[in-house]
Amino acid sequence: MALQSLDIKARSATTTPSPVARGEAIKVAKLIDISKCIGCKACQAACMEWNDLRDAVGTNVGIYDNPRDLSDQSWTVMRFSEVEVEQGRLEWLIRKDGCMHCDDPGCLKACPSPGAIVQYANGIVDFHEEHCIGCGYCITGCPFDIPRISKKDNKAYKCTLCSDRVGVGLEPACVKTCPTGAIVFGSKADMIHHAEGRITDLKERGYQNAGLYDPQGVGGTHVMYVLQHADKPELYANLPKDPHISPLVSLWKGVTKPLMSLGIGLAVFAGFFHFVTAGPKEVEEEEEKTD
Amino acid sequence: MSKMIQRYTAKERNNHWVVSIAFVLAGLSGLALFHPAFFFLTNLFGGGPWTRILHPFIGAVMFLSFIAMAARFWRFNHFTAADRQWMKRIGDVIRNRDQGLPELGKYNAGQKYLFWIMVVSIPVLLLSGMVIWQPWFAPYFPIWLLRVAVVIHALAAWIMILGIVVHVYAAIWVRGTVRAMTRGTVSEAWAKHHHRAWYREMTGK
Ligand code: HEM
Ligand code: SF4
Ligand code: SF4
Repeated sequence: MALQSLDIKARSATTTPSPVARGEAIKVAKLIDISKCIGCKACQAACMEWNDLRDAVGTNVGIYDNPRDLSDQSWTVMRFSEVEVEQGRLEWLIRKDGCMHCDDPGCLKACPSPGAIVQYANGIVDFHEEHCIGCGYCITGCPFDIPRISKKDNKAYKCTLCSDRVGVGLEPACVKTCPTGAIVFGSKADMIHHAEGRITDLKERGYQNAGLYDPQGVGGTHVMYVLQHADKPELYANLPKDPHISPLVSLWKGVTKPLMSLGIGLAVFAGFFHFVTAGPKEVEEEEEKTD
Repeated sequence: MSKMIQRYTAKERNNHWVVSIAFVLAGLSGLALFHPAFFFLTNLFGGGPWTRILHPFIGAVMFLSFIAMAARFWRFNHFTAADRQWMKRIGDVIRNRDQGLPELGKYNAGQKYLFWIMVVSIPVLLLSGMVIWQPWFAPYFPIWLLRVAVVIHALAAWIMILGIVVHVYAAIWVRGTVRAMTRGTVSEAWAKHHHRAWYREMTGK
């Protein structure tokens, strides 16, 4: 059975509670082990195939990143970084970029259109394009620079974590296709457990700072990375070290707006009650006559 | 009825009403996206996407017409000593105790404050609005700037809306004012009472 309205935990621009009759669901997560990724881009191809997306053929700009960036047609792209963490020891870090499925999603918080962004009980954050108005607020809300607005239809798009597949008990297309097993999928608890094993292994192989990327600033994520250098996530094509929803977005979407709305309402009422109290300012009759 | 004095020409009145109508439409379509409580206002504009599409164009119309209006009224809005005197007695003005207020020119200090708030806010709304304008301009700006712009835009809009609530109320409260913008004229008594220096200038009395 596909994910349905009973499974929606949070909904954009909605101030009343979501359905809770079903209670807690198992949280899912996708774990991307960067140390196992060979940059073959099979996941990119699988994503295109499952979701029926075809990006325009781009131009080669002299690096392996292709397409150059995420787009309405490319919901995941491999980002290649050549770094020397230790002098004279080149490392090629390949990060599969895409939506992190934040537990506290900034996109959802920023979106002004009711139901254009939803978060399912299992943690997946999904855009419902039929409700999207194309305002781009999700872009301002996202700490990872993920949503892209289509030039064709002005709707926002991003990775769905294959919510349609997960809803019927399948793993995401990228997970199914990865030839090295660098991408795995399951319950978040299992994925953390799996990651621990990988991290122990990496530490034994000399990666002292290997660790899990599950940033708590956004409540943890439902897409996690195993990083060889978890102390320096920026090495991986500027993966933010401590991502959180921008304070500006919190200010803009927090208590300020209800207060501002209240202020406007009060101004209107103040006028009304002033009128009832003091009455209109009339020019007196004598004044009219004198001159 | 006493004699009438011309306060606004037909051109000035039409200019003012273009600004006002555009302001109300921009305000309603903006508020629709401001908070979910107002999202129903998108129905006035043909739904969410249309609201998003129309709002910046309405805002741009308002900006252009406001420029014309500001140019017309600029010279009447410099603060004077009489304005400072009047501001000191604002409490009396609000309580309708107008005896012995200083003689004012075409506008009082409240009107002048509103004018300058608009002169600052409207260009701020235009610039911040351009930055977040999808799909035309927003893709050319960095995300941090979008975040700054959207906050500034909401704040400037809020200040303007509050200012206009006061402005509209003042026009209703002070009897005989609305016709200045509908018919272009005010009574001599009105002019003498509220803007005596302007009255003298107009009538030579
Ligand atoms: C001067 C030209 C203006 C431009 C170019 C402009 C542009 C924009 C844009 C692009 C947005 C984002 C939503 C959308 O794409 O429609 C927006 C939102 C908004 N605008 Fe404007 N606007 C202008 C004037 C105004 C005016 C005059 C008001 C009202 C008083 C106003 C009030 C708002 C409000 C309240 C929002 C929602 C902000 C939020 O979500 O917090 N705007 N504007
Ligand atoms: S572009 Fe669409 S999904 Fe993004 S914030 Fe606007 S309405 Fe929501
Ligand atoms: S990464 Fe961005 S788009 Fe994805 S859930 Fe988090 S805030 Fe939303």
